Amino acid sequence: MAARKATKKPNVSADELKGYYRDMLLIRRFEEKAGQLYGMGLIGGFCHLYIGQEAVVVGLEAAAEDGDKRITSYRDHGHMLACGMDANGVMAELTGREGGYSKGKGGSMHMFSKEKHFYGGHGIVAAQVPLGAGLAFSDMYKGNDRVTFTYFGDGAANQGQVYEAYNMAELWMLPVIFVIENNQYAMGTSTKRSTKSPSYWERGAAYGIPGEEVDGMDVLAVKEAGQKAVAHCRAGKGPYILEIKTYRYRGHSMSDPAKYRTREEVQKMRDERDPIEAVRSMLLTGKHATEDDLKAIDKEIKDIVNASAEFAKESPEPALEELWTDIYAGDTAPQNA
Amino acid sequence: MAIEILMPALSPTMEEGTLAKWLVKEGDTVSSGDIMAEIETDKATMEFEAVDEGVVGKILVSEGTEGVKVNTPIAVLIEEGESADDIETSSAPAPAALSGEEGKASAPATAATPSEPPVAPSVDLSPDYPEGTAMKEQTVREAIRDAMAEEMRADDTVFLMGEEVAEYQGAYKVSQGLLDEFGSRRVIDTPITEHGFAGIGVGAAFGGLRPIVEFMTWNFAMQAIDHIINSAAKTLYMSGGQMGAPMVFRGPNGAAARVGAQHSQDYAAWYMQVPGLKVVMPYSAADAKGLMKTAIRDNNPVCFLENEILYGRTFDVPDMDDFTIPFGKARIWREGTDVTIVSFGIGMQYALEAADKLAEDGISAEVIDLRTIRPMDTGTVINSVMKTNRCVTVEEGWPQGSVGGYLSTVIMQEAFDYLDAPVINCTGKDVPMPYAANLEKHALITTAEVVEAVKQVTYR
Repeated sequence: MAARKATKKPNVSADELKGYYRDMLLIRRFEEKAGQLYGMGLIGGFCHLYIGQEAVVVGLEAAAEDGDKRITSYRDHGHMLACGMDANGVMAELTGREGGYSKGKGGSMHMFSKEKHFYGGHGIVAAQVPLGAGLAFSDMYKGNDRVTFTYFGDGAANQGQVYEAYNMAELWMLPVIFVIENNQYAMGTSTKRSTKSPSYWERGAAYGIPGEEVDGMDVLAVKEAGQKAVAHCRAGKGPYILEIKTYRYRGHSMSDPAKYRTREEVQKMRDERDPIEAVRSMLLTGKHATEDDLKAIDKEIKDIVNASAEFAKESPEPALEELWTDIYAGDTAPQNA
Repeated sequence: MAIEILMPALSPTMEEGTLAKWLVKEGDTVSSGDIMAEIETDKATMEFEAVDEGVVGKILVSEGTEGVKVNTPIAVLIEEGESADDIETSSAPAPAALSGEEGKASAPATAATPSEPPVAPSVDLSPDYPEGTAMKEQTVREAIRDAMAEEMRADDTVFLMGEEVAEYQGAYKVSQGLLDEFGSRRVIDTPITEHGFAGIGVGAAFGGLRPIVEFMTWNFAMQAIDHIINSAAKTLYMSGGQMGAPMVFRGPNGAAARVGAQHSQDYAAWYMQVPGLKVVMPYSAADAKGLMKTAIRDNNPVCFLENEILYGRTFDVPDMDDFTIPFGKARIWREGTDVTIVSFGIGMQYALEAADKLAEDGISAEVIDLRTIRPMDTGTVINSVMKTNRCVTVEEGWPQGSVGGYLSTVIMQEAFDYLDAPVINCTGKDVPMPYAANLEKHALITTAEVVEAVKQVTYR
């Protein structure tokens, strides 16, 4: 893990801190509920939970502005909630219902929101990396200063297309932030067993891309690094790499018994490094919030999540006609519809 | 309020499992994330975590129980202050996910079994351009370049990227002059990295641009096929119509001459199979031009399969400001009465040569150029077969899973009673392309083979 020293006196307001607490808690409770619905057979197929990694997306979204884009892998529920997508629409997509973001046709791994500039949700490991560079290309081509957050894991970081994308991103100075969410396990293979070059961000040096390692269990550290990366991209200096050291508490997917690591390892991380607990204690010890304040947030989140589960159960399955729609776009490009 | 804990589904296919071990006992307080039990599925032993906070009020299924159905209550959580005696449990397993009305979806039109005599399909027989239009001679290479240039002038979001498309002026000179006119913002040389730049092209299309991605040959696009299919073709569907990839993938396809197995493959049948893609394979310069303009304007990903040998061929091209040809409209090159020969791309060369030779023997062949492989104008073929009662298909690709094989199926289903002979598919031989000149010639389809096939179906 990254250096454990506490973030220096945080330059952050009580409201901001409470916001991060709320946003991270929403992801955690949402994912717990998703796991529960999976267990009940309401969610099928693959379902990859984000529990433990919440500070990564919440910290980076704090550094984003309107119009910035984001794209990620199949472990995407947290990214969608963090960028403001509606919990009901996400949960209903998980249950494969009409009210889901993709009308039930995408599922856990394939969700999109044009409105929130969320470009998926991609099930092929690392495919989103050149796609993210291409999104950044579209902004550069149009001459605006928007940036694209392109998230991928330590597993994807060994795919060849990542380095093809690095090469072209720096060659063309694309405004893309490559965010490596290093949760230390590519499904069941630890980073130690998959590379002798475990400092993934340093690989950018081969292409001239700067970057840094970030403590992904500290939302303020993530935000600060995100702001630095965004400033670099917006200034037209090309891509930037953030290797964010994080940890997933659950298995790779719902059907992963996680025998490749000890229960103690997971428990230690939860006890000592939990990103939500860290903000909670910061709020309480700094007297930014009372226990009652936090209870109110907990209740708000619980209500949102329960409502999303209800919505996802009540929303009907898509009409059978939907089988045959959205295969081809008609006279209007989907981007302009 | 008491909460029932149900036997969880712990894999996409699990229906029941063994409750191997309880890690909590009645009276224990648990919080979200605590491991409650170990459950054996058919694949593995999984730890089962608590989702809610509470006190374990009652354990309903003892450890060691096998065959516990998913969604059976296995324990009950109570809140502090509640008594375990108050617990009422449901006896039946909770209903699982709603079941769909499986099998009720309407089948695709092509799979319909004819119960009534087939009706001749209605097809678009309108000419591609008004009668009397002035024509100019142009090579296929020039026609494709002009089509791209015209569309780039009309729409700033159109740009061309690929290996050697800019400063080198195109490996096969198809993009000659485009860098000079449009500059390096819109005509972009890429490193040799098909997988990566195809992905960047698709991402740029998601972002609102209209990329033309040139592959130096379609053989190299196999490095990029994941982005063509998984990223470009499927996103509109997976996003419920929210976003897609309006773009063109293009380059020479099929055998050139003496370049061996890895550089000589026809991908028409490969891409034809993919819903979400459109596939174009022109023969003449006029078709190349009109279809390329349509491809660039289309709001879907289009695979545009060109041919190196055809690049230098000259044809008449209508001299119009804006000449386009719609997708899904075949062209009847030559009318005839005795047999229908269907082809596309360079296969048309053999089809037309064969028709000339057959005419000398008094056999009148109707020759149809599909032009677009997906959507495919099967209606024009069916109408023709209803007239000639015989059909031969011609393509350069391999026999198993060929375009001709698909056409044969459609003809069999829609015009079976009209056939006087089995359809013959003339294809490339079922071998990797050899280098030796004599072997290569034998591996490719030949005019003589087409003539022979027609003689077989006409019993001459």
